[in-house]
Amino acid sequence: MDLGEINPVLLVASLMVAATPLLLAAIGELVVEKAGVLNLGVEGMMIVGAISGFAISVETGSPWLGFIAAAIGGAVLSLLFVLLTQFALANQVASGLALTLFGLGFSALMGQSYVGIKPPSMGDIHIPLLSDIPVAGPILFQHDPILYVGIAIIAAVWATLKYTRVGLILRAVGENHDAAHALGYKVIKIRIMAILFGGACAGLGGAYISLIRVPQWTEGMTAGVGWIALALVVFASWKPWRVLLGAYLFGGITVLQLNLQAAGVAIPVEYLAMSPYIITILVLVILSADKSSAPASLGRTFHASL
Amino acid sequence: MTTPLLSLQGLTKAYPGVVANDQVSFDIGEGEVHALLGENGAGKSTLVKMIYGLVKPDSGSMLLRGQTFAPPEPRAARSDGIAMVFQHFSLFDALNVAENIALGMENPPAMGDLASRIREVSETYGLPLDPYRTVGDLSAGERQRVEIIRCLLQDPKLLIMDEPTSVLTPQEVDILFETLNKLRSEGTSILYISHKLEEIRTLCDHATILRLGKNVGECVPAETSARDMAEMMVGSTLQTPERSGREFGEVALDVSGLSVPSPSEFGTALRNVHMTVRKGEVLGIGGVAGNGQDELLGVLSGEISTAADAIKFNGQAIGKLGPTARRKLGVLTAPEERLGHAAAPDMSLTENALLTGSIREGLESNGFLKWNETKEFAEKIISAFDVRTPGPENAARSLSGGNLQKFVIGREVLQNPDVLVVNQPTWGVDAAAAASIRQAILDLAAKGTAVICISQDLDELMEISDSFAALNEGRLSAPRETTGLTVDEIGLMMGGAHGMEVAHV
Repeated sequence: MDLGEINPVLLVASLMVAATPLLLAAIGELVVEKAGVLNLGVEGMMIVGAISGFAISVETGSPWLGFIAAAIGGAVLSLLFVLLTQFALANQVASGLALTLFGLGFSALMGQSYVGIKPPSMGDIHIPLLSDIPVAGPILFQHDPILYVGIAIIAAVWATLKYTRVGLILRAVGENHDAAHALGYKVIKIRIMAILFGGACAGLGGAYISLIRVPQWTEGMTAGVGWIALALVVFASWKPWRVLLGAYLFGGITVLQLNLQAAGVAIPVEYLAMSPYIITILVLVILSADKSSAPASLGRTFHASL
Repeated sequence: MTTPLLSLQGLTKAYPGVVANDQVSFDIGEGEVHALLGENGAGKSTLVKMIYGLVKPDSGSMLLRGQTFAPPEPRAARSDGIAMVFQHFSLFDALNVAENIALGMENPPAMGDLASRIREVSETYGLPLDPYRTVGDLSAGERQRVEIIRCLLQDPKLLIMDEPTSVLTPQEVDILFETLNKLRSEGTSILYISHKLEEIRTLCDHATILRLGKNVGECVPAETSARDMAEMMVGSTLQTPERSGREFGEVALDVSGLSVPSPSEFGTALRNVHMTVRKGEVLGIGGVAGNGQDELLGVLSGEISTAADAIKFNGQAIGKLGPTARRKLGVLTAPEERLGHAAAPDMSLTENALLTGSIREGLESNGFLKWNETKEFAEKIISAFDVRTPGPENAARSLSGGNLQKFVIGREVLQNPDVLVVNQPTWGVDAAAAASIRQAILDLAAKGTAVICISQDLDELMEISDSFAALNEGRLSAPRETTGLTVDEIGLMMGGAHGMEVAHV
């Protein structure tokens, strides 16, 4: 056992990378749930985003185009959810589960010819001056651009929900869709926009795994991150900055336990492997002990009965 | 004659199977308070939804100050100066007052400015309100103020109010009427929907009466008796329930020192509730909704368990017993929420009859259900309470509110309870059905059942109860004899005007 082998700077830097897919998927789902829709298809949208992004960036050689394709891929799959739940008024839980199963199968089909290929690399940003700061520089300022995009989305969602009229209307729709309808807001339209946003974010998160974190394509490579994102939204009490905190906590412990395993710590591997889940849930449960509640219309089907 | 503010001409709207509005025409003048009267299902709500742009009429037209007026959506109606206060509040519990008001406006100012505008308007009209409070924590009266202020901030020409007083204490009603009179004197027209006739007589200049979607008459309320208006609404003469003078027996249900927290987040905890009901007595419990009614029903039915000796039935401590054990003893309840609490919406009437009747009617043995007996029991309820349905195999959801209510009450009454607790027995039920439900409750009491009737309809409580108590913020006032009780006294028992003191802090 040699704990000295663990480099704290590398550890912190890699936790941000490990957390980003989760963060992207969770912030998208947060917006969806704030609008009163429960989309359990996050995992499916992520994996479809992962293969769409991977395929397009391999074909075009541009990781940027890959990420754009991933966002579109996730959003297109979420359109299926829109069709089922907003127009056919199907049950949201069942539709979401179906979306995940469909996404997993469909991505495996799409990705058959991409197994074992290496995608073009995105490269890290080196911000002059800032990235040269000792310790803080490598931790905070030497990452790929998508990682910063993720943090920017968190900030943007937080500010939109808190300070803008669009955010207020979105929250109102999630809180009481009948009242929002009576006031003349287009409940279905607002929810569709939210679901598409959630799909695009999940797609980005999936592509982050296949293009940056791992970088390769294997079937089912999202490995449950979508489900963790769903849980994270709940435990983060539907608050954007807590999603960031929870994602980093989860990412951090994941990276740490991998390092501990490599260093040969005398704790059974199984305990180490389950530790990120347990600790993240514990911390967020304690945090969410204050008064916080789900959007009141969450998961309820809206039907304009007039 | 001057051009009326709003003129409705032959408005018709049909839904599959029912004509909600059939050739309705009337005028609302400038600065007039116009009452729209009618039973439940008479088409009042559909009519105002057409004016507010939520529903498009099939035929007919509207003129606003002589101009054609056909709002495609509420936004358009609002910009033309139509504002509406909804019957079931269109508010968002988790948002604060200012956010709620901003949602109802076309071009809301910045939050800070809006908050000061809210303060200004609320003080001008005597409706104190703190813009930063969360709406979920407000009383019903305060919630209504939020809706009214939301309308007033847009300087409406026509204010539509859908049953505004059903959730208010008498004192709060007085405050509301002062506000409305002030608005009238400033030239705002008000379309006032209600079935409370005395209110209409004191407030309104003109009344239009709807029955089954048709305009069946107009009158000047101040010159027409409440009884005449009621008969125009119903279309036949009304029967008032009769009660015979009767003796009360010994105490059947004794509640003492009952305190329980509310199971729901925005609910009200019960605090130190005392009451006794004697055999043959009807105890009426009034109070504005949300002051602990649901919790009280839950505690009495056994859904919320409490200290064993807080509730005694014939001297036996039953506070810890669940609903089934209490039913076995003879303590029966009929909750307010028909669909989902009193009845399972998608199950048939037979199945619903079984759900509460299985024990006392012996509808099961060794875990097997006796469907034939159950069906007979359901048919008995249907015929005894005149429930209009093709048969007991129909789903509870398919019945109209009034018919299902008759079924739900009848189901308990026919089980010969020793104690019967009902919450809002005639909520949303038309006058004729309400009268028959009240009569059934009185007949039951005459046979020696102790009845607790929780209701927000004060007229109903005065009509059927022997003693009256009021719930206010989870506390129950001391019960008093109903005879000789004045409206002012009742209002004070209900807690007076909620939140009036807040303004002076």
